[in-house]
Amino acid sequence: MAAEQKKSEYSLKPDDFNTSRRPTWCTGCGNYGIWNSLKKVFAELKLYPHQILIVYGIGCCGNGANFLRTYSFHSLHGRALPVAAGARLAAHRMTVLAVTGDGDGLGIGGNHFIHACRRNIDMVNILHDNRVYGLTTGQTSPTSRQGFKSRSTPSGALETAVNPIALAIASGATFIARGFAGDPSQLQEILKKAIKHKGFSFVDVLQPCVTFNKIDTYRYYRENIYRLEDDRDYKNDDRCQAFERALETEKIPTGIFFRTERPSYEDGLKQIERKPLVEHIISDVDINKLLNSYY
Amino acid sequence: MKVTNITWRIGGEAGFGILTSGNIFSRSFSKKGYFVIDNIEYPSLIRGGHNTFISRISCEPIYSVNHDINILAALNHETIGLHQEEVAYGGHIIYEGEAGKQEKSNNIRKDIKYIPVPFRRIISEQGLHRVTINSIAIGASMALMSHDLQSVRDSMTEAFREKDAKITGSNLKALELGYKYVKEKMGIKAYELEIVKPAPRLLLTGNDAVFLAGVRSGCKFYAAYPMTPASSILHSFAAAEEGYNIVTKHAEDEIAVINMAIGASFAGARAMAATSGGGFSLMAESLGSSAMTETPLVVVLCQRPAPATGLPTWTEQGDMLFSLFASHGEFLRVVLAPGDPEECFNITGKAFNIAEKYQIPVIILLDKYLSESHFTYGSLDPRKIKTDRKNLITSDSGIPDGYMRYKDTSDGISPRPVLGLKKGVHIANSDEHDEYGFTAEDGHNRRRMTDKRFRKIGSLMTEIPPPRKYGPASADITLWSWGSCKGPILEAMKILNHKEKRVNLIHFNHLYPFEHEMTEKYLEEANMNVVIENNKTSQLSKLIAMNTGHRIMNKILKYSGRQFLPEEIINSIEKI
Repeated sequence: MAAEQKKSEYSLKPDDFNTSRRPTWCTGCGNYGIWNSLKKVFAELKLYPHQILIVYGIGCCGNGANFLRTYSFHSLHGRALPVAAGARLAAHRMTVLAVTGDGDGLGIGGNHFIHACRRNIDMVNILHDNRVYGLTTGQTSPTSRQGFKSRSTPSGALETAVNPIALAIASGATFIARGFAGDPSQLQEILKKAIKHKGFSFVDVLQPCVTFNKIDTYRYYRENIYRLEDDRDYKNDDRCQAFERALETEKIPTGIFFRTERPSYEDGLKQIERKPLVEHIISDVDINKLLNSYY
Repeated sequence: MKVTNITWRIGGEAGFGILTSGNIFSRSFSKKGYFVIDNIEYPSLIRGGHNTFISRISCEPIYSVNHDINILAALNHETIGLHQEEVAYGGHIIYEGEAGKQEKSNNIRKDIKYIPVPFRRIISEQGLHRVTINSIAIGASMALMSHDLQSVRDSMTEAFREKDAKITGSNLKALELGYKYVKEKMGIKAYELEIVKPAPRLLLTGNDAVFLAGVRSGCKFYAAYPMTPASSILHSFAAAEEGYNIVTKHAEDEIAVINMAIGASFAGARAMAATSGGGFSLMAESLGSSAMTETPLVVVLCQRPAPATGLPTWTEQGDMLFSLFASHGEFLRVVLAPGDPEECFNITGKAFNIAEKYQIPVIILLDKYLSESHFTYGSLDPRKIKTDRKNLITSDSGIPDGYMRYKDTSDGISPRPVLGLKKGVHIANSDEHDEYGFTAEDGHNRRRMTDKRFRKIGSLMTEIPPPRKYGPASADITLWSWGSCKGPILEAMKILNHKEKRVNLIHFNHLYPFEHEMTEKYLEEANMNVVIENNKTSQLSKLIAMNTGHRIMNKILKYSGRQFLPEEIINSIEKI
């Protein structure tokens, strides 16, 4: 990312990203793994709290806005991506992340997700994918598997699940990966690369909900996950191969599915070539030339 | 006949450039110093259907278009049927025909002079394109008005500047031919429009004025989704974005639009979004996000007849109460309703300052009539818009240690930092929060923070002027109105105040927060109050009743999807 990494005024530790509030997530919640990984990655990349903006949607992951010390905007349910896009276009030297959930990002905010992928604004979308609505006490989500029984589908979900990775590939994202909250070392590597990648980076994080999802558990994932990086034949620069892997269901691949270089949205904007919009002087904008065109 | 006013209407099939021709006609007079107001009427489709453009030219100041047409340029037969009724006594209709041959219709009005012009023959003889029929009609009209062609040639050349030189050439030729045919073959000079002092005038729409004020105010981020009648603001910003270093974003829907604007504004850039009722409905939830996170926001709502898709290309003032109450929960907002393009300019400038100073959403209401009709002005003064960025912190030196984003201050306003300052790190929170921004659910904090956000109204009220009175200080009838009805009412008052009953107008362009003191005084001192507005349910009288307890029982309401015309207002008043 283009964030300016100024010389460190103090050596950065993960704990520097703690706020005065302690997390309120359930014991064992996958959110802890993501939270700890982010703090570590920011410290390792020497990104200071004031250089980072995280926009949160609504859900258990959104409550993380209170626990991670950066600039943060806790937006409405489903709306993190457009808020993040607007902020990034106005202040494009910031490192911008959008934290969304599976209901938040793929249900109510699904339209924004598709367009964020193809828009390729330089930011990272971390989807906290626990395959259930946690904060509203356990209803079926867009990524819940078909047949999933919950309080909103007591006889089992009739719809097939959204495949976030396949959707991101189809929609044109330029960095697409899947992590697992129970594998912090891989997750941190993915997050580092995602932040450094120029363009829209999507990271789907499998994150067990210990309270409301008794199927997609740590144990289930540990038994069924394999790392793409362990497969020497897999090249993550091929969109078709990425799509094939994304459709695998028996074993679940994690790691980087696809990455490609494409000019970011910001690259196409001459208006912000010299400095971010927020630094433009606006005290006395001369509109006489414009006015004259109306005579 | 020497005249100081001419109303001209051109009508024909959609897709044949009626709007372009209308603009050329209007601009050729505004360039010479005439006062002009025009209005385009078109159905919501690209080809087929009926388009018409009315342009009123005057040597004296005018405030609206009117009903009575002096010259109707009918490009097809349908236009005569639809608009003959509007032709003033003794007026003229230009139609497809040959000199010497009578219009054969049983619908002929004896007082009207029918002027045949062989559009089709001229086009085929000269090998011109079909769409040049417009230019022939303008030429014929100019001959009827005994007006020279130079300023039309200028505005025509300008209008087609970016097109093939051939297009300009053939339109100029068509213009001459239409002119010559009426002048030489017919030998008719119907009107002699008095000459005015040459002084070019601005010719712009309400949307143009909103755009110009946005640029002047330092709007750096403009987001929109296309929706009539707001789209021309998007087109203007998109065309100006590189010259003025503005990012213009056509987003996937209006929910994305408003949230992108909120994001950019949160970062510290001035941001605006415009839409019509449907898009505003989608934005409703997020207005509350602007209010709760105390992020400045300017939203322009160009109203059109609704509900649902309604009449997409027509006009109505149906969304006032909606804009006052849109979004769940209770929060402070400002609703403004400029009455003409000059007010659009000044009020939009003010909207940016208010939004940023008080960190609240500001809504500006226009309607299709105001958004798309052109009005003339000698000039607009950019100096009337002064950028006031009070309460925005732009350097770390302005941030105290232990900074609290939502500090509970005496005026309720808590200074906010531009994104990226070292000492300004904070959480902006759509959940109820404490002074730092952390989510907080206790009752004491809830009350305290709600009071803090509403306390802003104290200083905000100093920015809200009373409604403005037009006309005599005391009158037999006091009219109450808002927004774009101002023009037709002022135009009607010109005539009415030469008659028996004296009439004045109380006009609101600041609707909310509501100004009580002067409003109540005006209500009490009036002999008879009458509300005029462009809707079915009289939303202004509800707003007045809600805030003052005073019910205005006399109402003149129009909800046909058309704006008021002065003649209609005069008729309605005379019946009272």
